[in-house]
Amino acid sequence: MAYSDKVLDHYENPRNVGSLDKNDPQVGTGMVGAPACGDVMKLQIKVNEQGIIEDAKFKTYGCGSAIASSSLVTEWLKGKSLDQAAEIKNSAIAEELALPPVKIHCSVLAEDAIKAAVADLQSKQTGKKEAA
Amino acid sequence: MTVHTPIYLDYSATTPVDPRVAEAMIPFITEHFGNPASRSHSFGWTAEKAVENAREEVARLVNADPREIVWTSGATESNNLAIKGAAHFYSGKGKHIITVQTEHKAVIDAVRELERVGFEATYLQPEPDGLIDIEKFKAAIRPDTVLASVMMVNNEIGVIQDIEAIGNLCRANNVIFHVDAAQATGKVTIDLEKLPVDLMSFSAHKTYGPKGIGALYVRRKPRIRLEAQIHGGGQERGFRSGTLATHQIVGMGEAFRIAREEMELENARIRRLRDRLLTGLQDIEEVYVNGDLKQRVPHNLNISFNYVEGESLIMAVKDIAVSSGSACTSASLEPSYVLRALGRSDELAHSSIRFSIGRFTTEEEVDYTIELMKSKIDKLRELSPLWEMYQDGIDLNSVQWAAH
Amino acid sequence: MTSSATYFDHNGTTVLDSRVLQAMLPYLSEQHGNATSRHSFGRASRQAIDHAREQVADAVGAHPSQVAFTSGGTESNNLAITGIAGRYGQSQIVISGIEHPCVTRPALAMQQRGWQLQTLPTDSHGKADPVVLQDVLKADTSVVSVMLVNNETGVIQDLPAIAEQARQGGAYVHTDAVQALGKIKLDFADLNVHAMTLSSHKINGPQGAGALILDKRVDIQPVLYGGGQEKGMRSGTENVAAIVGFGAACELIKQELVQRTGLVRQLRDRLESGLRAMGAQIFGAEAERIPNTSFFAFPEIEGETLVMALDRKGYAVASGSACSSDSTEPSHVLLAMGIQPDLARGAVRVSFGAGNEMPQVEAFLQVLENELQRLKRLTAIAV
Repeated sequence: MAYSDKVLDHYENPRNVGSLDKNDPQVGTGMVGAPACGDVMKLQIKVNEQGIIEDAKFKTYGCGSAIASSSLVTEWLKGKSLDQAAEIKNSAIAEELALPPVKIHCSVLAEDAIKAAVADLQSKQTGKKEAA
Repeated sequence: MTVHTPIYLDYSATTPVDPRVAEAMIPFITEHFGNPASRSHSFGWTAEKAVENAREEVARLVNADPREIVWTSGATESNNLAIKGAAHFYSGKGKHIITVQTEHKAVIDAVRELERVGFEATYLQPEPDGLIDIEKFKAAIRPDTVLASVMMVNNEIGVIQDIEAIGNLCRANNVIFHVDAAQATGKVTIDLEKLPVDLMSFSAHKTYGPKGIGALYVRRKPRIRLEAQIHGGGQERGFRSGTLATHQIVGMGEAFRIAREEMELENARIRRLRDRLLTGLQDIEEVYVNGDLKQRVPHNLNISFNYVEGESLIMAVKDIAVSSGSACTSASLEPSYVLRALGRSDELAHSSIRFSIGRFTTEEEVDYTIELMKSKIDKLRELSPLWEMYQDGIDLNSVQWAAH
Repeated sequence: MTSSATYFDHNGTTVLDSRVLQAMLPYLSEQHGNATSRHSFGRASRQAIDHAREQVADAVGAHPSQVAFTSGGTESNNLAITGIAGRYGQSQIVISGIEHPCVTRPALAMQQRGWQLQTLPTDSHGKADPVVLQDVLKADTSVVSVMLVNNETGVIQDLPAIAEQARQGGAYVHTDAVQALGKIKLDFADLNVHAMTLSSHKINGPQGAGALILDKRVDIQPVLYGGGQEKGMRSGTENVAAIVGFGAACELIKQELVQRTGLVRQLRDRLESGLRAMGAQIFGAEAERIPNTSFFAFPEIEGETLVMALDRKGYAVASGSACSSDSTEPSHVLLAMGIQPDLARGAVRVSFGAGNEMPQVEAFLQVLENELQRLKRLTAIAV
């Protein structure tokens, strides 16, 4: 399969690989996919007091396009608010990486991972407010 | 150490043509270009003589009579001719066929086609080591079983089935026995004087011969008959019509001659290389060898690397040309049906690599491969959330995955 | 020694063009990948096959996606006949009376399995009449197969008219164009057929490769099942070197067709003026023929005997189609044309091609005249 240069670049030099402390109240974790499906994406975001994403990390078990999709969104997420983050669409990811039709699901998975991470963070923060 | 990349370790997919084979072929593409069926002029006679010499060489490698060798366009055609040809010819006896889940697609799909036209089939599941339990084979035989097809050497995991034992069962039960030996020639000794086999498929391009040529062994005593699949000029005693590609036949003959003469030494050398590769790769954590290691050709090593995904693994190791356990169809990534039949999980099937070693593999190439695999597996595991969970002691089977 | 003999049997098989050989050689050595493999070796083979597919398509006015590679003309014809008729159930198959055995035999095999087989008669030139086709077509006719150029006589059929008639009757049309490729301009779309058979070794390409050009709207049942190569139509590891050679040979045809056919036509015309002077009857001469072929007989002279005599003098010619020259039966093509069996037994085919030159033809006519005299004397003694 022919990969685009951008996919190859992210695959060869993935950005923001790693993990954040998932118990940190400022950190939201999204884990989507399943090993049997061939992709598992773990995306973590950390927000500052203003609710702006200041760090993002990922680990991905998946094909080159899945790795590139998650690597790309960690770059995009930094500096965004949670609302802005939730607006990232899979089509934008697919377009940026020039994914072929059979790899569109990788961008869908990345979008799902963002939503899951944002939801995790929001539930933590809601819980915190309720507790307070 | 000079190693040219990519390193070819995919000899089970196809082998390079041995330079000696190419040399034997060239005169028959240039000056001796006659059609072997043209009996009326000397151009045809030269071609015919070369074809018959090659037939003898193929027969000698497997200790058969040259008259038992039928040329085909390759093992796929041999398998189709043997299975469909015998099943149809002997369908008066019954319409049940036995084969194995780990057979090559050309066997499985030919049997499936027979199912569409009214035959019944049993697809035996091999044991987790890839080998067939003889008792299970025996139990599958029915009074209406007409044909059994079992490959000698598996293309993905290299295990060698006990053809003699299976053949004896077939003989005892009056079942025609076909063996796909495309992956066996030049790797294991085949003696058709002794083996109770009725039909056997061969390929040239898996044994350092050219692509586009193969053969089918059709036993004469007792005589096995077949319904032809390709009809026409009546070449190959009517078993297979079509103008024979003389240079390709000559190439197959020469390739099989070399295999017969050099097999013993070559296998010993290849076994040393395979053992070196195995030892090196077993340094890596969480690797699993697929298929029995003892009853196996030395050329094959099939290993699953846990917690890395198959396609990214193939991307990572592009400096070596190998096959993966993921058959990439146009739309989806299917895990190898052979590994699944062994009971491997989809994940382990996906993350498997078949290294197949051959005539031109060097020790330097094996060493390079070991180092490459070590560093790439490290890198991919660094990226893998599954590896992280495994190291944290999480049982991945207990995780509720949000399947999508 | 074969190399000193003169080869006049180019309809049987042809010598490989040295430029084609050059294109093939890398695929018999370092470029050895299996085109199914995903690594760089495999991709290089895949690209080579794709390129050849374009070359073949380009030579016959087809789209590359319409080209399915096979092991040769015989397999392509089998695939077309059993593949189309097989897919549409127990239907009627119509073939002309002058087809090659690799069309006739699969059709007969289908007949044994319950299909109906109808032979389309031909006239004294060996041509099938579209009007007669109209009469034999039935509501359940699945495939009509008429060869574009006959291998023995070289007569060209009016395929567009036959195809139009078959289409009106709701049948699919196949043509065996093995002897047409490289000898006349060939255009898949203009012929208006659904399927067309091509072979590499008849056009100075290697043995072991052929193609079925197929309209993708036709559903076809494979002959060989397995790895799903050629979009499932033809499983089996691709014969990369032969396919590359076939592609290269097609490209050369596209460039050199006019020049090649012009030369062989001069040779054939010279030959036939000589043959007529010696009293030969030339079959199909009044019909439109490909320019390289002459099929003729001398009364009272057995064809097989003449061919053997010419071979001893260093000329390779054929007594009928190569595939059937085992048998001494008169040519079924000539019988279908209404030629008397005695005369038909005398048939000899000369087919010109690359490397043939006018002095060879002049020398051949001289040798032929001497041999005829000798054989006639022998016959006279025998009687």
